[in-house]
Amino acid sequence: MSGARLTPSTATAAVALVLAATACGSAETPTGSNTDAGITIFNTEPENPLIPGNTTETGGSRVLDPMFTGLVEYRAQDAQPVNAMAESIETTDSKVFTVKLKQGWLFHDGTPVTANSFVDAWNWTAYGPNATQGASFFSQIEGYAAVNPADPDGPDGEQKPPAPTAEELSGLEVVDDHTFTITLSEPFAVFPVTVGYEVFAPLPESFFKDRAAFEANPIGNGPFKYVSRTVGTDIKLTRYDDYKGTDKPKFKDLTLKVYQSRESAYADLVSNNLDFMEELPPNALAGKQYETDLGDRVVQRETLNNQTIAFPFYTKPYDNADLRRAISMAIDREEITKRIFEGTRKPADGWVHPLMKGYRPGQCGEYCAFNPAKAKEALAKSGYTGEIVLLSNTDGGHQEWAEAVVNSVKNTLGIEARFVPSTSFGEFRQNVNARKMTGIYRSGWIADYPSIENWLTPLFRTGASSNDGLYSNPAFDAKLAEADKAPSEDAAIELYLEAERMMAPDLPSIPLWTQNTIAGRSERLKVANLDPFRTLDLFSVEVA
Amino acid sequence: MGRYVLRRLLQMVPVFVGTTFLIYALVWAVPGDPFEGKCGERDCPASYVSMMRERFNLDDPLPLQYWKYLVNLVQGDFGVTSSGVQVLDRIAATFPVTLRLALVALLIEAVIGVTAGVVSGLRDRGFLDSLVLVSTLFLISIPVFVTGYVVQLVFGLQLGWIAPTVTTPTFGNLIVPGFVLASLSMAYVARLSRASIAENRRADYVRTALAKGLPTRRVVGVHLLRNSLIPVLTFLGTDLGAFLGGAIVTEGIFNVPGVGGLVFRSILTKDGAMVTGVVTVLVLVYLLMTLLVDLLYAVLDPRIRYD
Repeated sequence: MSGARLTPSTATAAVALVLAATACGSAETPTGSNTDAGITIFNTEPENPLIPGNTTETGGSRVLDPMFTGLVEYRAQDAQPVNAMAESIETTDSKVFTVKLKQGWLFHDGTPVTANSFVDAWNWTAYGPNATQGASFFSQIEGYAAVNPADPDGPDGEQKPPAPTAEELSGLEVVDDHTFTITLSEPFAVFPVTVGYEVFAPLPESFFKDRAAFEANPIGNGPFKYVSRTVGTDIKLTRYDDYKGTDKPKFKDLTLKVYQSRESAYADLVSNNLDFMEELPPNALAGKQYETDLGDRVVQRETLNNQTIAFPFYTKPYDNADLRRAISMAIDREEITKRIFEGTRKPADGWVHPLMKGYRPGQCGEYCAFNPAKAKEALAKSGYTGEIVLLSNTDGGHQEWAEAVVNSVKNTLGIEARFVPSTSFGEFRQNVNARKMTGIYRSGWIADYPSIENWLTPLFRTGASSNDGLYSNPAFDAKLAEADKAPSEDAAIELYLEAERMMAPDLPSIPLWTQNTIAGRSERLKVANLDPFRTLDLFSVEVA
Repeated sequence: MGRYVLRRLLQMVPVFVGTTFLIYALVWAVPGDPFEGKCGERDCPASYVSMMRERFNLDDPLPLQYWKYLVNLVQGDFGVTSSGVQVLDRIAATFPVTLRLALVALLIEAVIGVTAGVVSGLRDRGFLDSLVLVSTLFLISIPVFVTGYVVQLVFGLQLGWIAPTVTTPTFGNLIVPGFVLASLSMAYVARLSRASIAENRRADYVRTALAKGLPTRRVVGVHLLRNSLIPVLTFLGTDLGAFLGGAIVTEGIFNVPGVGGLVFRSILTKDGAMVTGVVTVLVLVYLLMTLLVDLLYAVLDPRIRYD
């Protein structure tokens, strides 16, 4: 392994060669970093064929993300969307968006990226019979119901979904080679922010001619192109030197190595055989072992996920707002984050993540602050005297804090409280989906796209996709609808914040804390940063 | 002999059908929807789930599902996983790696185990005998995952003598994981051969051979060893089968891209097609290994006949 790597002395020679070969191209190369080096990063085996519209799990995303550049990309520093392939995305009514593409971009096979590359790819992904994982992301575009009709009795039912009545989304229209329009079925001011997600990536013509060939050798338009794949071992990518984006990778080859277990990957990371791993295994986190093992090679940052406790509104007594407030005010977030997470979590004071543009602190108000007196008062008002049950799966290391929360509730309120573990995440989710929860339960959220809206609508709007607890508040829904229709993103943010404020007294879930992700890098990497989505920011990587 | 082999092969058919049915039923009966968690944090779209259910015949009754699977299987079609990878291709890629690991482990186990057993068996109650007894007791009482992590931590991370994981699964790189994998069985083999040797040492034929004036080396090497190795051989044979399927822990620790890791990950991701496919192959290997061991008896002991 180490023999195949460049030693420091040959590395400088390689840099000199690159500088000579590409002359002006890499003039801003930082001195001392090796732009011709290859790095290996941790990955899990992709669970699906490598097509952007059909990949929503992390193992596949980590491969496709560097290979494709969409209309917008999210900045690694603050998760804000910036135009990538889009020259501009304009709208006057938040319903019809006109997209102008940058010219001169090519796919890795040399064909140009045009408006059709986007429109055809989106139509393909949304089309029901193609059965893609990403189809639902297109549901806001006009004509989605016609190309992807809902299954009348759910996916497990006897009936087959009806045949689609159209093959293409009526809301997409190509104007010219580099312009297309998107019409939504309802106004949605935040829409341009959502299209940075990888299911919105463009696809080259060759994909539609021969899908199998594409899966065997995916062709993108991003900073890295596909080289080879050994199923179960690794996937190799290399820098695409004709990449037109503003940021250029400062290293050449990217190998995504598949590991049998996180623990074995961690052993390789510690001994510098692996260059980056973005989430360390539990045995490294326990007792801060990683600090001893990695020292200054620990990479840490606050990322876009939070931990909450959800309520089953369909089960008594959790439909009682006073009881919900009593539980929330009885949890000592400061103490638990300090004791159990040793400061790697930050107490939350609202439902919107602090990294979001427009975030306002303290939106949850007094209901998210530890206050034993008020908590007891609220409990007395609720009239409830029975026990509180907290449910969670334990395979993700949730037992400790769940027990701490239960104890905090028990000691503060003086009523019986108990933690009920379930062994697997799959089983737990199944019960959540089937609305079979018998107590309050652990929940969390990872942002799909960086917008305040993503922390509210999918979780708390009546009938929304991830509103598992069946919370419903017509006034809150109306405020969200108003925000969706706002003429600009800034106006929308104001209205979403109002909506967040409105649901505080209802307390549809208890915000607990937001999270730091702890990653590690090898000694070879001078710089390697995490982005807010818990993955390595490839553009930041500098090899010594 | 030919008839015996044929009979044994025919007996394999019901065993094969029975085991594959059990595996199939158990794999798809694991609680939790196989498409739960496939689409990241959110639920999979209905059209995706219904297509997958159709592809894996999940809407049919279980016997019919199994029948369809079996018909494909006997035609050599192991099916495709949900990620579009051919199950047979994956088996073909991972099996040789595990076979290599198993052979390394078997060699270590046989050489060290039998040597230790013979040495201590010949020296009743001596220092070497006690040493073998104590060290095997030590090995037997430590689970493989502890041995594996300790070896990785001490020799890989702290001392830096070995690479902590296996990058390319060549025979040389597999020696360390092979040692870990063999450690437990090595102790058993040593004790088994020790007991066998100690017992046969007092047998009449050994006394006769010695009385005839044969050199001790020849008595031990040919007469004693040949008879004493029959139970050891049974153990080694079935152990090879166990190594092939049971290397999950070792492969996980040392990141060996073999069958064990494949099964483990497929169970975690609820990839039923892959699990049934691999385990079916393992069942076949196990059946063939036992047959091979039985046939080897006849070679070692001419009194054992199969007709």
